[in-house]
Amino acid sequence: MIRNFLISREAILLLVILVLVGIISTRFPGFIVPANLANVFNDTSPLIILALGQMVVIVTRCIDLSVAANLALTGMVVAMINTMAPDLPIVVILMVAMVFGAVLGAVNGILVWKFEIPPIVVTLGTMTIFRGLIFLISDGKWINAHEMSPNFTAFPRAQILGLPVLSWIAIGAVVIFFILITRTALGRAFFAVGGNPHAAVYTGINVGRTRFFAFVLSGALAGLTGYLWVARYAVAYVDIAGGFELEVVAACVIGGVSIAGGIGSVGGALLGALFLGVVKNALPVVNISPFWQLAISGSAIIIAIAMNARANRRKGRFILKQAEQST
Amino acid sequence: MLDNAGTAEVAKPVVVLDGISKIFPGVKALSEVKLELYAGQVTALVGENGAGKSTVVKVLTGIYQPDEGAIRIDGHPISLPTAQHASDAGITAIHQETVLFDELSVAENIFIGHAPKTRLGLIDIVQMQRKAAELLASIGAEFDPDVKLRDLGIANKHLVAIARALSVDARVVIMDEPTAALSHKEIAELYELVEALKAQGKAILFISHKFDEIFRIADRFTVFRDGECAGEGQISDVTEDELVHMMVGRAVNQIFPERTAALGDVVFQIAGYSHPTEFADIGFNLKKGEILGFYGLIGAGRSELMQAIFGVTKPSKGVSKVDGVIKAVRSPADAIRSGIVYVPEDRGAQGAVTGLPIFQNVTLPSLKKTSRNGFLRMAEEFALARKYTSRLDLRAASLDQNVGDLSGGNQQKVVIAKWLATQPKVIILDEPTKGVDIGSKAAVHAFMAELVAQGLSIIMVSSEIPEIMGMSDRVIVMREGRMVAELTGDTLTPQTLVRHAAGIAES
Repeated sequence: MIRNFLISREAILLLVILVLVGIISTRFPGFIVPANLANVFNDTSPLIILALGQMVVIVTRCIDLSVAANLALTGMVVAMINTMAPDLPIVVILMVAMVFGAVLGAVNGILVWKFEIPPIVVTLGTMTIFRGLIFLISDGKWINAHEMSPNFTAFPRAQILGLPVLSWIAIGAVVIFFILITRTALGRAFFAVGGNPHAAVYTGINVGRTRFFAFVLSGALAGLTGYLWVARYAVAYVDIAGGFELEVVAACVIGGVSIAGGIGSVGGALLGALFLGVVKNALPVVNISPFWQLAISGSAIIIAIAMNARANRRKGRFILKQAEQST
Repeated sequence: MLDNAGTAEVAKPVVVLDGISKIFPGVKALSEVKLELYAGQVTALVGENGAGKSTVVKVLTGIYQPDEGAIRIDGHPISLPTAQHASDAGITAIHQETVLFDELSVAENIFIGHAPKTRLGLIDIVQMQRKAAELLASIGAEFDPDVKLRDLGIANKHLVAIARALSVDARVVIMDEPTAALSHKEIAELYELVEALKAQGKAILFISHKFDEIFRIADRFTVFRDGECAGEGQISDVTEDELVHMMVGRAVNQIFPERTAALGDVVFQIAGYSHPTEFADIGFNLKKGEILGFYGLIGAGRSELMQAIFGVTKPSKGVSKVDGVIKAVRSPADAIRSGIVYVPEDRGAQGAVTGLPIFQNVTLPSLKKTSRNGFLRMAEEFALARKYTSRLDLRAASLDQNVGDLSGGNQQKVVIAKWLATQPKVIILDEPTKGVDIGSKAAVHAFMAELVAQGLSIIMVSSEIPEIMGMSDRVIVMREGRMVAELTGDTLTPQTLVRHAAGIAES
């Protein structure tokens, strides 16, 4: 099935991650204790969630650079709501965060769809606007732990079956996106739109609307992560998750999502995020300087892109079957 | 056949293509063609679409390398491995759509690649402007060398291209359908310019479909047919009829499926279709089981019409009826729902998603059928894909294979299977066998016959006369965005097709 296509690329990445974890554990055996691995996963969860949304956007031949700013803005909004209405149930907070994030994503989507502005320009603009809005609504002030209600900050850390809720949400998002991508018409449309926009038009797919939905999904996940982030670190201010959008894009690229569109998978985005998560969490433990951490992430991106480029070249080749004799 | 040979004033040709052949996988685009261009003369290159005219231009401009034969300039054999070599040899081409740079100024466009330099090796802007202004003045262009090319109309862009040709001191100027997009006034100005270039001793190769202009400005002609030379000589020695005959008069070497047209009721009607810029007053009926051919020159508005019928673009007015019921087709999705599908000309760009496997390509417009409660069911997708690809004799290792890994003919089959799976009433095929090798062509034709026998109706846009003649029950000829003739039976001959498409008056 599609497996042979998926497995090769993702198997390599999984292998790389396992080797990395193996090497680290020889110097610091404590790293592979299940509790620590769970910690690493939990720490990487925001990246995983955002990478899923970003993957969908990139598959449609777009890019969403506003995710981190969306996260920060939504985080600030829910934190302010919490200070004003501390008794609001968490379910409501979650809904507000996702809907607000989705609306911000829809702004990107509308600009890309109806005004046909290149996505990189749109999201670069909205990224700055969202950050500016945080400053406007907060007056540049921080919202600190003591201003938030206990249940607001406790939710992401609450343990269920040994894992924090944050991790469970990441797992849930992975499952939902896997089904969305592989089992729905919208998921298929993402790939058609990114793989060949012209063919998609002739197939009756509305290219702009499909991209719009990709941005809405990305925005909703960014909003959700915004709440989780603010609650987990118990602080909201203008600059949280500054520059995180690049890490999200990097996770996708490392996970084999093609910047040219049309190629990508949930497994790839997950593994790309985990790779970065392992590098980030493990290297300080074994006393490797942060410089190496950046260098390894950077090299991984370049290697991944080089591998993608090779894979794409092979894909584009025509095999002219001269012997195609028709009887 | 040059009967005035021997007289003293016969000039030697500047450029000779001698026995040039160019072979592409599966197709021999040029077969031992001969072409001579003389200084101070206009040679018209005439031929149907696909006769090899563009290929010969690409050979002359160093873009293609011939597989056989020699190119001689002033009697010396020369090879043109790159476009730069052709330019250095004094050969320059002015294309249908100018290949210049919109964001650069006129002067920069004229001198790109050979700008005058200062002593420091930097571009001498002052001199470049001055020379550009001189060149423009010499060809009667009335615009400033400072303006951006983007701000000029097509006719003026042609002038820039011609100024560029003069700036490199070209001896051979190739004009590939230069009047295709010009107004009457602009065409008249272009003719004057051609005369001026002749007077300067340039050898001009003029490619055109328009017979009136060929007879007006050409001195000599060469006719290509199916990649071979079908005749050459002085324009004063031939008539329009003789040229048409050379273009199309061929032994029928393709066999088309035998069909007994049992036409049913009208299934599809178009009335009063108009578009602000592309076409006007289009109306026709299509019967069940009919193949309706659309013939015309490239740029006659056929594909644009089909795209409007399919809802890719919107006509400004007009009515579309399926089974007598008016359908509002505002998007391809609407058209597909109404039972109209469109197999576009450019498979790569418009037909298949090459990165997706075969089965996902086939089911792409039919996902509602293969899903339940909003979830796709892979087993049903495979079943649907298998059902329709097997009818087409698709050669693939498995339905998981990416479409990009298939040959051109098989990609075409995937695209057709995709549309059959939507169970349409009307299939629009735009150049169904373009770029397809001969064997697969016959298969596509047989399959078309089978489809109409099953009660589908086909609208076929084709620029190949044998295909139009061999497959259509009826042919509509379009010229300049309008229907100019409807031909069936005895009136449907290669000559009538070419005459109506090119706008030649009845003799």
